[in-house]
Amino acid sequence: MMKKLLLASAATLLATAATAEDVKLGVLLGFTGPIESMAVNMGAGAELAIEEVNAAGTFMDGATVVPVRADSTCIDAAAATAAAERLITAEGVAGIMGAACSGVTGAVLQNVARANGIVMISPSATSPALSEAEDDGLFFRTAPSDARQGEIIAGIIMDKGIDNVALTYTNNDYGKGLADSFQNAYEALGGTVTISAAHEDDKADYSAEVGALAAAGGGILVVAGYADRGGAGIVRASLDTGAFDTFFFPDGMVSDGTTGKFGDEVDGSMGTLPGSDSPGAEKFAEVVGDAFDPTSIFAGESYDATAILLMAMQAAGSTDPRVYKDKIMEVANGPGEEIMPGELGKAMEILAGGGDVDYVGATAVEFLDNGDSAGSFREVVVEGGEFDTVGFH
Amino acid sequence: MDLLNAFVTLANFVLIPAISYGSQLALGALGVTLIYGILRFSNFAHGDTMAFGAMITILVTWAFQAIGLSIHPLPTALLALPVGIAATAGMMLLTDRWVYRFYRTQKAKPIILVMASLGVMFVLNGVVRVIIGPGEQQFNDGARFIINAREFKEMTGLEEGLAFRASQGITIIVTLVAVAALFWFLNRTRTGKSMRAYSDNEDLALLSGINPEKVVRVTWILAAILATTAGVLYGLDKAFKPFTYFQLLLPIFASAIVGGLGNPLGAIAGGYIIAFSEVILTYAWKKVATYALPESLAPDGLVQLLSTDYKYAVSFTILVIVLIFRPTGLFRGKSV
Repeated sequence: MMKKLLLASAATLLATAATAEDVKLGVLLGFTGPIESMAVNMGAGAELAIEEVNAAGTFMDGATVVPVRADSTCIDAAAATAAAERLITAEGVAGIMGAACSGVTGAVLQNVARANGIVMISPSATSPALSEAEDDGLFFRTAPSDARQGEIIAGIIMDKGIDNVALTYTNNDYGKGLADSFQNAYEALGGTVTISAAHEDDKADYSAEVGALAAAGGGILVVAGYADRGGAGIVRASLDTGAFDTFFFPDGMVSDGTTGKFGDEVDGSMGTLPGSDSPGAEKFAEVVGDAFDPTSIFAGESYDATAILLMAMQAAGSTDPRVYKDKIMEVANGPGEEIMPGELGKAMEILAGGGDVDYVGATAVEFLDNGDSAGSFREVVVEGGEFDTVGFH
Repeated sequence: MDLLNAFVTLANFVLIPAISYGSQLALGALGVTLIYGILRFSNFAHGDTMAFGAMITILVTWAFQAIGLSIHPLPTALLALPVGIAATAGMMLLTDRWVYRFYRTQKAKPIILVMASLGVMFVLNGVVRVIIGPGEQQFNDGARFIINAREFKEMTGLEEGLAFRASQGITIIVTLVAVAALFWFLNRTRTGKSMRAYSDNEDLALLSGINPEKVVRVTWILAAILATTAGVLYGLDKAFKPFTYFQLLLPIFASAIVGGLGNPLGAIAGGYIIAFSEVILTYAWKKVATYALPESLAPDGLVQLLSTDYKYAVSFTILVIVLIFRPTGLFRGKSV
């Protein structure tokens, strides 16, 4: 309570010192729920970009950006919609960095963002369905669609010479979308998916699900689920019954939760997560320092999403979403001066002087016409109970 | 060899999971059936009583771990179990005092007691979540396996592995001990006999000088022992999460009703019937069939009757069928 009071009074002091008014930015992430272990560093990534812009002091003639956190829960569309409503009506945010999971992102986009004309940039919603969603030009994402991830996973598994796999996915937009895109791509490459079975999150026992997967068989098990929920239960039951001992973990499973629970029991398992080998990733690590783990999933995407929102406002000279939404493509795709993490202050100056920037950021962001990120992926392998990066796609 | 492989697969994915799950259900159903037989109402708070007992046991387990008390390779929770049981028994005696006794002395209809138990359920639901939180807790610190799948394969040279978790072994043994002790108590001791007499004919039992309050107290304590044991075993075997205990209510009631409410033998049989039906109907039989049948008959499909999502539907369906055709249950309990 004391801390909050202090922060509040500090914020008031800053506000009175600044010549322009404060700009509030919504940080709408799944702080509780299935991806809560990822959300910590995602929120930190977003706030890092804001701190950097504030420190430079060149944003909108010296305005201060204030992050306002809200919980999208990842799975509860009603709660996420209410949280987004609060951000817009009660807090008056100028834009939303979020939401985190695909299902709630779609709900917030259709029910809140379009209704209020607010720009959303999601750092982690990856369902292919969002590519075609009606968005009035308000929705962007810095994480690539799962359709792309599905293709890359299929390629990696095929390269390892594994031509039949069992597939299980969490029964929601994310899981189903990823599973479908993987299965299509894998079968096009000549592979066989022996079974594609949904699993529900939060059950106490997954031995029945694993029984079915084991009966179908397969070289490895692809687990398109969540590290803190059903995905972990499936892996546990598979290891216990000896049904599978090698897995493929798409991004939802690549987290400390997985290695913490299973350690070297899952050695040799593979995984993918959004990430690139562009110099931006290294720069981002430098900027982050010891504040949090810069390679943690979607942290860079969160930083980038926030930075792009702020740069677009700066380029448009306005915090009105209807005005600055048209600048988002320009600052992200260029042409102009390339901007790395840690150079947000410089970018703000260039934009203030009427120049152009091409934001590269931590994840080499490039938006497609539909607001999707073109996307690059990091391939990891579990080695000695840790995820090791082995390549980029 | 193929038949052996078929049997090992069957044991690994059907027999062992179903027997340990059935044991957990049987213990839960025994508690429900005891309360129904003697206090004459369906106690909806039973699932959350299991959660409460398991929660206390987990808290004590953490305390024991903190002071370095351990009975490795057995899980520390077994050591903490008596404390959990004592606390749960105390909690149940208090709820009886505060809630149920009022209705009992008024000779309220059973349905009123059922509704009161629903209220107790929601209170317990909240209490457990406030104290330990709604999240998942892993508290099994014992050895994980009696037989490990990989080692089994190497040992026997079979293609299929067999895993037998320590928690499953403990579940089965503890259930056997608990059930044997319960039947000994009910059939051989004076208190047990007076409980059965009270259950068979309340007025006659009162006339012969049986103290009803004592019978009620002992019933609650027995129910607490069974519920806490069932809850801890389930948590050890799977994971502790308040919500899953609430969900367990349906299969537990199905077990008790299928066996015949009020009949302890029926509760045990019901537990295993429900567990085996759930597992058998949702298991994909392809692998077993491929091993057991000649090659020409080997199936292409998964040979799965129901998707695993319909697990609870199985207990529901059995429940409905039994209620329609044999409302007193397989072992002639009381009609619902």
